[in-house]
Amino acid sequence: MELKNAMAGTLESGDILIQIAPSDVDGLHIELDSTVAYQFGEQIYQFGEQIKKVITNTLQELGINKANVKATDKGALDCTIKARVTAAAVRSTGVDVWA
Amino acid sequence: MERLRRTMMFVPGNNPGMMADAYIYGPDSIMLDLEDSVTMAEKDTARLLVYNALKTIDYGDTEMVVRINPLNTPYGKKDIEAVVKAGVDVIRMPKTETAEEVIEVEREIEKVEKEIGCLGRTQIMAAIESALGVVNAYAIATASKRMMGIALGAEDYSANLKTQRTPEGSELLLARETIVVAARAAGIDALDTVYSNLNDMETFRNEVEAIKKLGFDGKSIINPRQIEVVNEVFAPKEKDIQKSLTILAAIKEAEKKGSGVIAVNGKMVDRPVVLRAQRTIDLAIASGILTKEDIQ
Repeated sequence: MELKNAMAGTLESGDILIQIAPSDVDGLHIELDSTVAYQFGEQIYQFGEQIKKVITNTLQELGINKANVKATDKGALDCTIKARVTAAAVRSTGVDVWA
Repeated sequence: MERLRRTMMFVPGNNPGMMADAYIYGPDSIMLDLEDSVTMAEKDTARLLVYNALKTIDYGDTEMVVRINPLNTPYGKKDIEAVVKAGVDVIRMPKTETAEEVIEVEREIEKVEKEIGCLGRTQIMAAIESALGVVNAYAIATASKRMMGIALGAEDYSANLKTQRTPEGSELLLARETIVVAARAAGIDALDTVYSNLNDMETFRNEVEAIKKLGFDGKSIINPRQIEVVNEVFAPKEKDIQKSLTILAAIKEAEKKGSGVIAVNGKMVDRPVVLRAQRTIDLAIASGILTKEDIQ
């Protein structure tokens, strides 16, 4: 699926900013910056992995398997992450999820 | 017990933090907004936020309402598809002027409900925000069996009347009375407009007292701070609660004996009196003054 640079979300508390860009290499390359994850010290790995998992699953469900993704998290719930990733993906592909 | 709608709290559909926290404050209904509080550039993202929030967040008993964009915009149909698929309780139509607009929204809802196999699940409420809307209030209120309420939107209405809002609200009196009468005639709820000055709680309280007297079921609010005031004003007084409990106990006793009409303290008690008493007790329970055990 052809992608162009796109983003969705904000840097407000409880939100996440997702930036999607085309990639030359197969797979999803996710760069995560999470203020909330840092607050939990040892648990950073666990929180970070959960965020990455939601991003990956959401993109794969939309048929996107090759992209560079930058995520700046401000403590978003999983449903917010899913919404922001979907919005960025729709903007990136030009293919809407609604009829 | 019929659903109480004392407070319908507006939450912008593009603010995930507020959407996640809104139910904590205990409004009777939460209205996630896809219309005026969302810029055109963010309509797509707000729709997805609202969809995913409704699908995921446990809002408990809180009634979930979404204000959609009008169908004559590029966003209206997609809003309906998203929120019906997410299982919203009520779709709130903005700036409703005719019964035909309600029928059109109902048709779109039905299309989506048929697709996902839940025909008839979604209710509709209409905000009346213009002179034409007020003139057509009863037709709007009865346009669909899905209608659960009509509400006044005072900012647009005042502008349409070529006047301005005042603290005493005289410019809104006819619209408020018309909406309450239309809602009662249709057997649905009437909700008042928002009051946006959060620094003037005294005028807000006066306004809530005034609309309660007019017969409104509740008020649209924009901040959790307003919930307590509305609930206090709508909470029944001790004297009324005792009277209602006596009436309900008497009617229960009479029904056992097969009689529909009774007298309590020398006054005839018939169906309207019983309904009023029941509503007083419902409000007392919702306000935390009584528990369900108290009335058994």
